[in-house]
Amino acid sequence: MSNAPLSLFSAASEAAARIAGLAWFMIIVSTVIFVGVVTTMVLAVFRNRGRPPEVDLTERGRGWVVWGGAVMPGIVLVAVFAVALHAMGTFSPATPALTVHVTGRQWWWQVDYLRPDGSTQFRTANEIHVPVGKVVRVLLTSKDVIHSFWIPQLQGKLDATPGQTSDLRLDARRAGTFSGACSEFCGQQHAHMAMSVIAESDSAFATWIAAQTRNAEVSADSSASTGRTLFASGMCASCHTIRGLTTGSDSAPDLTHVASRATIAGGRLPTTLGNLEGWIANPQALKPGTKMPTLRFYNGPQLRALAAYVESLK
Amino acid sequence: MRIPRAVSLGFVLAGACGRADARTVPGGNADRGKATIIAAGCGACHVIDGIDDAHGEVGPPLSGIAKRSVIGGILPNTPDNIMRWIEDAPSISPHTAMPNLGVTPEQARDIAAYLYSRR
Repeated sequence: MSNAPLSLFSAASEAAARIAGLAWFMIIVSTVIFVGVVTTMVLAVFRNRGRPPEVDLTERGRGWVVWGGAVMPGIVLVAVFAVALHAMGTFSPATPALTVHVTGRQWWWQVDYLRPDGSTQFRTANEIHVPVGKVVRVLLTSKDVIHSFWIPQLQGKLDATPGQTSDLRLDARRAGTFSGACSEFCGQQHAHMAMSVIAESDSAFATWIAAQTRNAEVSADSSASTGRTLFASGMCASCHTIRGLTTGSDSAPDLTHVASRATIAGGRLPTTLGNLEGWIANPQALKPGTKMPTLRFYNGPQLRALAAYVESLK
Repeated sequence: MRIPRAVSLGFVLAGACGRADARTVPGGNADRGKATIIAAGCGACHVIDGIDDAHGEVGPPLSGIAKRSVIGGILPNTPDNIMRWIEDAPSISPHTAMPNLGVTPEQARDIAAYLYSRR
């Protein structure tokens, strides 16, 4: 159970550890209470078999009602409330090392890395790289409907609400890839709206930042360079931005370094040449309802060239 | 009517041989082929029987490909040809949309074995 990608029991941050503690606390307390209630019920049934029905209004009968019905639940609820408050109150006071602006979209996550002055340094999608042991601030919003950002091994879930910016902190304390999923039903492809946080060493993170900041490179491969021309002159460019080549409409993921990401289309497919071409040729078959249209416009060699170009965008 | 056991066994064997002669891939491992199909992402373009999530509607469905006469619209459907096609389709048919996915000859053999194993 704890090895499942979306398990909250293998916490990788202080905040997630407290949430896991709260979950275990509630599981244990509910189990004890459940066993106690069932045992009492079974005992009562067997002890009173064959006796005429009667209501016990003696002092002893009232004691059961007062203690079992009011005092005990009161104590349990206050205790759960206290542990929950402790779990919720983990908004790291440390100054964030980094601020990332995350925007929920139908059905993917737009990720902007911000400079200290709040301007965008570069834009990517679905995968958020963070340095291990540093506090990262996530400013969360949505462009369309309400989504919910949830990386179970790092934080509790938080809604991404249109017109409102919420503040979340990630503090991964070990390296790894932590999967997440949209956890507020947001339409047809809600289930294909995954994201992940990749926590890595300072040096690996710095290398990643440097690579992402660069413009897209021009591939030497002839098929890829044909694809580049097709991309820039055709319909792809009306939505997608590739820095150094096209300025899209902000409605679709930035593809400058799309092939450096493990998956495409909100976690729908692993980033392989075959998947890229299948996606480019007919996204509606793979993710019905996605905002990307099935164009039925390019011929075979053109589709291969486009896929080769997109796959070169490391 | 009760069919003698030897006779019914004969029917089964005859049926199996009749199908198997030209439609098996010597040395191909269908289980490995299945794993390679998933890793290469064939399902993004093809519907493939027995592969979860192979819903692609770019190329033809690959179920029952063992029974077809022609591959890629041009090649006779023989084990050697299907392997060549899987390995590098554009070298055979320059106008195909099917890309060269960089699978090795061994992987192409395993994929062909898997595809031929599905009826």
